[in-house]
Amino acid sequence: MIVPLSWLKEYVDIDVTPQELETKLFDCGFEVETLTELGAEISGVVVGLVEQCEPIPETHLSVCQVDCGEHGKFQICCGADNVRAGGKYPAALVGAQVYATAKDHVTIEGTMKIKKGKLKGFESQGMLCSGIEIGLNEDLYPGAEYCGLLVLPDDAPVGADIKPIVGLDDWMYDISITANRPDCMSVLGIAREVAAALGKPLKMPAVDYKTDGTTLGGFKVTVEDADLCPRYQAHYVRNVKIAQSPAWMRRRLALVGIRSISNIVDITNYVLKEIGQPMHAFDLRQLEEKQIIVRRAKQDETIVTLDEKEFKLNPNNLVICDGRKPVALAGIMGGLNSEIKDDTTDVVFESAKFMRDNVRKTSRALGQHSDSSQRFEKGVDEYATQLGLKRALHLIDELGCGSVTDSGYAEAVSADPAATRPLTVSIAQINALLGITVPDGEILRILKNLDFAPSIDGDKLSMQVPPYREDIENAPDIAEELIRMYGYSHIIPTFLAAASVTNGGRNTEQNSILKLKRTLAAQGLYEAIHYSFYSPKDLDLLRIPQDAPQRQAIRILNPISEDLSIMRTMLAPSMLNAVIRNVRRGNDAGGLFEIAKTYHSADEHPSEQPEEREALSIGLFDGGKIGFFDGKAVLEALAEAFRLTFTYKKPEDPAKYPFLHPGMCAVVSLDGQEIGWIGMLAHDLTDAEVPEHAVCLAELDLTALRPFLSKPVAFEMLPKYPVEQRDIALLVGEDVICADLEACMKRSCKSLNRVQLFDVYKGKQIEAGKQSLAFSLWFRSDDHALTDKELDQFVAKILKNLGKEFEATQR
Amino acid sequence: MEKQIKAMREKIEAAAAAITDSKEMYQLRKQYLDNKAGQISALMKNMRDLAPEERPAFGKIVNELKTWALDFFTAQDARLKAAELAKKNAAEQIDVTMPAPANRCGALHPNTLIANELIDIFAGMGFTIFEGPEIENDYYNFTALNTPKDHPARDMQDTFYVSPELLLRTQTSAGQIRVMENAKPPIKILSPGKVFRSDDDATHSPMFSQMEGLVVDKGITLCDLQGMLDVFAQNVFGKDVRTRLRPSYFPFTEPSVEVDVSCFECGGKGCRLCKDTGWIEVLGAGMVNRKVLENCGIDPDVYTGFAFGMGIERIAMLKYGIPNIKMLFESDVRVLSQFHE
Repeated sequence: MIVPLSWLKEYVDIDVTPQELETKLFDCGFEVETLTELGAEISGVVVGLVEQCEPIPETHLSVCQVDCGEHGKFQICCGADNVRAGGKYPAALVGAQVYATAKDHVTIEGTMKIKKGKLKGFESQGMLCSGIEIGLNEDLYPGAEYCGLLVLPDDAPVGADIKPIVGLDDWMYDISITANRPDCMSVLGIAREVAAALGKPLKMPAVDYKTDGTTLGGFKVTVEDADLCPRYQAHYVRNVKIAQSPAWMRRRLALVGIRSISNIVDITNYVLKEIGQPMHAFDLRQLEEKQIIVRRAKQDETIVTLDEKEFKLNPNNLVICDGRKPVALAGIMGGLNSEIKDDTTDVVFESAKFMRDNVRKTSRALGQHSDSSQRFEKGVDEYATQLGLKRALHLIDELGCGSVTDSGYAEAVSADPAATRPLTVSIAQINALLGITVPDGEILRILKNLDFAPSIDGDKLSMQVPPYREDIENAPDIAEELIRMYGYSHIIPTFLAAASVTNGGRNTEQNSILKLKRTLAAQGLYEAIHYSFYSPKDLDLLRIPQDAPQRQAIRILNPISEDLSIMRTMLAPSMLNAVIRNVRRGNDAGGLFEIAKTYHSADEHPSEQPEEREALSIGLFDGGKIGFFDGKAVLEALAEAFRLTFTYKKPEDPAKYPFLHPGMCAVVSLDGQEIGWIGMLAHDLTDAEVPEHAVCLAELDLTALRPFLSKPVAFEMLPKYPVEQRDIALLVGEDVICADLEACMKRSCKSLNRVQLFDVYKGKQIEAGKQSLAFSLWFRSDDHALTDKELDQFVAKILKNLGKEFEATQR
Repeated sequence: MEKQIKAMREKIEAAAAAITDSKEMYQLRKQYLDNKAGQISALMKNMRDLAPEERPAFGKIVNELKTWALDFFTAQDARLKAAELAKKNAAEQIDVTMPAPANRCGALHPNTLIANELIDIFAGMGFTIFEGPEIENDYYNFTALNTPKDHPARDMQDTFYVSPELLLRTQTSAGQIRVMENAKPPIKILSPGKVFRSDDDATHSPMFSQMEGLVVDKGITLCDLQGMLDVFAQNVFGKDVRTRLRPSYFPFTEPSVEVDVSCFECGGKGCRLCKDTGWIEVLGAGMVNRKVLENCGIDPDVYTGFAFGMGIERIAMLKYGIPNIKMLFESDVRVLSQFHE
């Protein structure tokens, strides 16, 4: 929220520098996002008195001798039509900075530095400026938008800095207001805090006004939906003369970014900024049946707002109606049909509290926003509703733009919005929360400055909470008021002085996940984190069939875009996208893993908490060297680290993995339970997305794996008797599977301790349709040293069984 | 005889001089010194043909020859082997500046590194780790955290909903309630995890990570909060870092504070990192709101507590100097390979 220093000063004597005030505000909870001097970009501009002014023949230019007081006298060429000898104008000295304008002399195009120049052979040492060139407009300074020089008052001291004379020495505070302090969404609200922080009295704006003794016969105000409008006040003003507002009001509105329209509209805007109360003015002529009804809109009722937009409404929207039709969208914008016009003479002012949630919802639903709706969305208190109306009527009176009648209306749930609330809290409880002792004197000083009328009786701190402080309810609230004003620098850090000693750290599961990550990193993989949501298109990328369970994704009701609209049911699409991104950026090789949740529910908008399963996704890529077994090696390292045995099987239905190479993919199992898959990316997908590369993907269900991740170490003694090795080479059919051969060998001989495939050959030297597999076999016995004879028998038995089961022959 | 011996010596020397290979030299040695077939051994055998009185003198000179030959061949062998070794070494010389075969050392994500660092710090203070669900219900994410029904934070603009009842949690604070409902004080938990908000620009990501801390016990004060945050800040950002509390607002804490750390880049003098303020905002915190304790069945007149929450990406970006939050979610290996533990 923008607050000009000059406006604040109307309510508080500020005797600190603008920067000191910024610190004070910061310390008590109001962060000043930016503090800027209004004329920050203007420098070196002084009051210049044109002593002589001679036209340069055949040009529109004049050559002027300008007295700039202490800065000297300069010859300045000037093209403005209103320059004359004896006039005082802003003179930008050589080296000054002013705004540069486009050819239209109105549009600002950045700033410029004034240099010595020559025009038509005449030297020019500076520039006489227009209002626009020094950052003014008509509202900030009357006459500023004249297309020529800005005429300064005759009493402006020659050579003086221009800024204080035209009000450019003002400071603008852009203050962020926390959600609990809607009462500070106004200049007066901030002034209250400044007064409290500086310990100065607050000068309340005048709210008195004279009435003309007349009343409006038969006018009625009814609130039908008080749940959405707990207070509705209105007042009738007659003999209105629509005119321009006085310069001081236009200037203030301009400072906070509001363009002046007319006195009546300006008053409503002024009260919004000053008191924080949005107001509205209706042209009485347009209110049919002399009444105002506040009610929910009827289904499909329509309204055209001031900005000529038409809206179709429903009962979620609150409207202000006359006897027949809606005339305003409550809290958001008035209707075009009851707008103040130049010939308006009778006005009904509205000051109301509309519930913030309803204003926000309507505003969002209709896409219609205004200063008023933004203010209501933060929450308006009824104290401001009442004060705002009084202030508006005072301004009518002060500006003389109408005559205030005795016809005031107040429809309200609460009786007295100005009533304070009594609150008593324990000082001991406050100090116990803060951990320090705030002296009683300080407590009284701070709460008095905040207008809480405090008193202390022993441990009891009693006060009257001002009506606008709806956020204050209990002792911690008071503790916060005290410490923010007393200063957080009084907090003395202690290290859990009174707390019990507790046993901290990760639990077993959390430790195993960390170990899992470190194991994967040790395999050369980098940990990735991807968004938990993606697009149905990402499942399309993997050609996941429409009826596959992975398509049963939870859908976000209000996604940022379709790209981030469904919750992940599998991680592989994100992983493939990461690989594609890397390849497209020219990263030739790499390995990635991600551990994240997947979300599963039968309903795309579940009402019961869905199942969240943790998954591990792996992606390896490089310019063609990566193969299936590189990925399998990673899984095997993981198995080793956790003392597990994974088994790999070609999927029974490779169509379940349409994104994988049908001949290079496997289902991974543990203890007979399927826990995931691994495979090479299908050729056509590779060619389409990452040509010239090879990608290995894997995904494991960590939730299923978790119970196995905390297997304790089981130490095994080294063998007592020597281990003997024999190698065999087998000729078997191409479709015979290594794991089946190994299993058969192990079944055949109890003393076979380990089998390891060490060579595979397919080719000319053996018959077509066959492959040669060479294995090393290690035998050992726990109770004796094996003899050659025994070993020969073992190998023979193994070969015999292999022959029987697989038609394997020794090569 | 002596002449014969001398001739043999010269013959050996001449033959040896022509040899450059230690194996050939060994053959030559065998030719003379082999126990059975060696020429010197053969000389010894000749002794039988001599008169007994000539034998000692003969034996002496043959033995002298043998001793000389042994030393000679040993020296020759050493010389040749040294030369051969030098040649072999020279032939095997490598350019040590050539690259080694890539044996990649992977790395954890910066978020994980920061989370681990924080967990280790707080674990040492007695915090356990709690990870709640990411799809939360409205009660745990908002209502129980004293976020009134019409609070702007609940609006569709900020929160992702998956159904009228369920949402993607916007804060790990949701975990606070789940813990407090089930555990009695003393409670010290740390709740790391992903959170989701409908924000997407250079500094905001619709998904990011938070680390939430909660302490509830008898006699917990605002002074304890700052003391603990000092320890945190000094561990994460450096020994000389100080913290500063300033008033703020969160529905679930009262009083609420923003916590700044003195700029670890410039030491508080003012620089680009701290935008010339000397301070960097790192987290939000406060004393647990009485209503939150009450909602969880904890008597706020007996127990007090504090909570704090920080964005893990923010800490990572500050600590490692990462300019854009998006880089953390793009998985560019050139980025990820920089974060070895």
